[in-house]
Amino acid sequence: MRFLLVEDSETLARAIVDRLALDGHAVDHAGTLDAAQASISVADYDLILLDIMLPDGDGRSFLAQHRKARKRTPVIVLTARSEVSDRVGLLDLGADDYITKPFDFSELQARCRAVLRRQGGSAANQTSFGDAVLDSTAGTLTTARGTEDLRNRELRLLEVFFGAPGQIFSKTHLMDRLFSFSDDVSENAIEVYVGRIRKKLGASNVRIETVRGLGYRLASRA
Amino acid sequence: MSGRGAARSRSIRSRLVLQLAAVAAILSLAFFLIVRVVADRAAGETQDNILAASATAIADALYSVEGQVALELPYSAISMLGTISEDRVFYRVAAAGETITGYGDLPIAEPQRPGAGPAFSTYDYRGEAVRAVTVMRPVSVGARRLDVAVTVAQTQLGLAAISSRITGIATAIAVGFFLVATALSFWAAQSALAPLDRLTQSVARRGPNDLRDVVTDTPTELVPLMGALNKFIARLRTSLSRSEDLITEAAHRVRTPLATVRAQAEVTHHRLQKPEHRKAMREMIRAIDESSRSAGQLLDHAMVTFRADSQERADLDLAELLRETCERLAPTADLKDIDIVQDIPEGAMPFAGDRVLLQSALHNILDNAIKYSPPDTRITASARAGAQFELSIADNGRGFSASDHDDPTARFSRGSNVADIVGSGLGLTIADEVARNHGGALRIVSEEGEGACVSLLLPAA
Amino acid sequence: MRIAAIAGGLIFALWSGALLAFEVEDHKIYAADPQTDLLRIISTADLDAFAPIIEAYQAANPGVTVDYTIASSTELMAALYDERAAFDLAISSAMDLQTKLANDGLAQSYASAATGALPDWAKWRDQVFGFTQEPAVLVISQTFFAGTEPPRSREALINLLRNDPERFRGRIGTYDVRVSGLGYLFATQDSRNSESFWRLTELMGGLDAQLYCCSGDMISDVAGGRLAFAYNVLGSYAESRIADTAGIEIVELEDFLSVMLRTALIPNTAENVEPARAMIDFLAGLSAAPRLTAASGLPPIDEESLRENNALRPIRLGPGLLVFLDRLKRETFLRSWTSAIEQSP
Repeated sequence: MRFLLVEDSETLARAIVDRLALDGHAVDHAGTLDAAQASISVADYDLILLDIMLPDGDGRSFLAQHRKARKRTPVIVLTARSEVSDRVGLLDLGADDYITKPFDFSELQARCRAVLRRQGGSAANQTSFGDAVLDSTAGTLTTARGTEDLRNRELRLLEVFFGAPGQIFSKTHLMDRLFSFSDDVSENAIEVYVGRIRKKLGASNVRIETVRGLGYRLASRA
Repeated sequence: MSGRGAARSRSIRSRLVLQLAAVAAILSLAFFLIVRVVADRAAGETQDNILAASATAIADALYSVEGQVALELPYSAISMLGTISEDRVFYRVAAAGETITGYGDLPIAEPQRPGAGPAFSTYDYRGEAVRAVTVMRPVSVGARRLDVAVTVAQTQLGLAAISSRITGIATAIAVGFFLVATALSFWAAQSALAPLDRLTQSVARRGPNDLRDVVTDTPTELVPLMGALNKFIARLRTSLSRSEDLITEAAHRVRTPLATVRAQAEVTHHRLQKPEHRKAMREMIRAIDESSRSAGQLLDHAMVTFRADSQERADLDLAELLRETCERLAPTADLKDIDIVQDIPEGAMPFAGDRVLLQSALHNILDNAIKYSPPDTRITASARAGAQFELSIADNGRGFSASDHDDPTARFSRGSNVADIVGSGLGLTIADEVARNHGGALRIVSEEGEGACVSLLLPAA
Repeated sequence: MRIAAIAGGLIFALWSGALLAFEVEDHKIYAADPQTDLLRIISTADLDAFAPIIEAYQAANPGVTVDYTIASSTELMAALYDERAAFDLAISSAMDLQTKLANDGLAQSYASAATGALPDWAKWRDQVFGFTQEPAVLVISQTFFAGTEPPRSREALINLLRNDPERFRGRIGTYDVRVSGLGYLFATQDSRNSESFWRLTELMGGLDAQLYCCSGDMISDVAGGRLAFAYNVLGSYAESRIADTAGIEIVELEDFLSVMLRTALIPNTAENVEPARAMIDFLAGLSAAPRLTAASGLPPIDEESLRENNALRPIRLGPGLLVFLDRLKRETFLRSWTSAIEQSP
């Protein structure tokens, strides 16, 4: 996905760009409102991450302008304010959601997904391998047996495998992707989720292989 | 110190009344004294005039016959002295120290200079003070010229009676004047202070958030006070918005660096290979999360306290509010594969309250439930309308227990110290404060291992 | 009666002669048993007139023995003014002398509800209290005026005397003002009230008027036909005589009537002040006791009568009365009066 990050703090912006890149997202960064305007006039973005306090103005005015221009690109506001005080104003101004700094990137992704899903999947975000089709936005897996809803963690695990078929992912890497830092879980917990997606992929010609001592990978049923 | 201060700051009204009354008292006294002196003098002069007229009339009746001074004492000369009062009357007609007629021992009032008009004198005679007048009249007796002294004296009973009557009248008038003036001074103080009362009322009537300038019809003298008051209100306004700004600013200042550190830490975590390094980085991220959560809740708490004081009320729909909160936190719950089941009936639950505060309360309760629920569970958000509104969040978590270090009941007591309220428990403290601020309560039903049900109870209109 | 009075007076004078230099006409003690208090009165009023009052007073104030001394007004004055004799109450028809006693500081003040009820003209300085009002009247012989209208005013009287002088010659009676204090009082008041007084006096003098010391003799002579009329007779006395005396008639002149007030005062020398005050209250309330006033023949103070009869002129208590006590004034007045009344040698 392609993000536009409007954020004046250079260090924070770089960290966010780096972090989202890890998940395979392309992020453009704009440090000011002017730069942000320039960016959206030349490129299409799947989602805009907007900071409120900017050197050349209030992010809310950008938001208002954005909605006035009837642009459909969803906006998630990054707010440093209190959890509650800004909510009403922001949502009324047309923000699709907001997330309070500092944020967990998995939560940010979850919110992005939720926002995009609400948009009605205009940009169908589908990945396929073999005869299995993963729709990230809808949160579904389609196989010969039909389409199945996925739990959040199942979806995220499948995203990892579908993102790089054949690549071996260590348990550690998968845990990083699946669990938040506050969840104190053992590496064995990953096996439960791998078990679940294997079951869901059972009717297809793809499977999750265990590579002893290294981890797991997505492979075609030979 | 404060007692002395209180004693010193007597009311303007009583001071004004006292001062006006004191002025009235002085004027009354002055009036009384002046009336007395003037009236006494007038009465005295009246008596003197009558005495002089009497003596003159007697002197006019002097004549000489056969080488002797003779007198036809005119009836009216003496009787006129009895017309006004019942004073005793004495007279003496003497020539060259020899009494011709009358009271031989009646002293003659010495004229101030010979040939002058009647000479007056006051002395004691026959046991009583008398006012006497002597008129000198030369009478030709043969070839001689005899100076005849006609003295008429009268006691001062009538004078005293007149004086006491006038004193009585003067006293009555002075007292009356004093009373009327005092009553008027009450009225004057009242009306002089009326603008102050109006000003007081116009300030007292205001709501807690009414920080507009005071605009009442004020007299010139109160304009500086009004100006000062309005300046103060303006400062208060600035200060209040500044404290709101401060909370915002503080949040910004704390959260942005934390966000930076956390993002970088996460990136770093991904790049690290050695498990011990990764563990250290994970702990760092957890610490960041914990502190940002605490900071967030402290700031939330400050905001709740700030807003609770200002008592903003708006009509809102509690069902809608709960639905919004559920949707807002659904992605968070999703991360742990937790389902939020909404058991919210159709139809509005109208309530007058502070939207921000109620949202904060619900958010904290739900956020807490998500935090303490294991993955792959469900949380039920239900709303019930009855004698009171009941917004409940029930989870399948561990529940609260006495052994739990996060015992919520401990945190409910307002007297708890700050160290104790830092942490997730503050979320329930916030919810509790919001509930009480709206005339409701927070109810926690919990059984260990069975999960907890936290309900926000609010009075139905 | 008169002889008896003189006899009583002599007895008293003999008894108390060593103590008293003033002349006493009569003296009587109305003893109370048991006696708790004593009231010594010096009075000009006859016992006939005053006895009922004393008895009534004693009935109201049991225990008070009343010591009643009768003297002429001149003697009364001498007793109190010159001798400072110890009396508790002085009752006199000589208003001028009573006034002088008060004016010269020889009377005590007293005020009570009873004295407060007296009209202002009937008291002076709360010291002199009038308790009767007795006009000076004309007493005429019924036989002399039979068939003719008696004069109703001094002018009418003057005209009568002028028109028919010989008929009245030697048959006019009046006080010898040189002897009678009351006569002097009435005469001086007449001279004040009307110019006609001197014309009348001259006329009467020209007609050989008979001069009397006392009312009684004058009334007797009118009744006996020796006088056609007596001028300035004390009305109350005439009233008391009319019942037992035939042939007289009282005429109240309509131009004016000098009214004498019998007055009481408490001398400074009084030793029994309380019973004296009680007597003053009693006398001030006489108007409410008609039977008593009828018995004593003393007409009480009656303000109502003044409104009904405009001719009544109560002699005003006050310093004006001192004028005719003035030595020079009295000499002048008596000289004028004498020359008017004694025209024929």
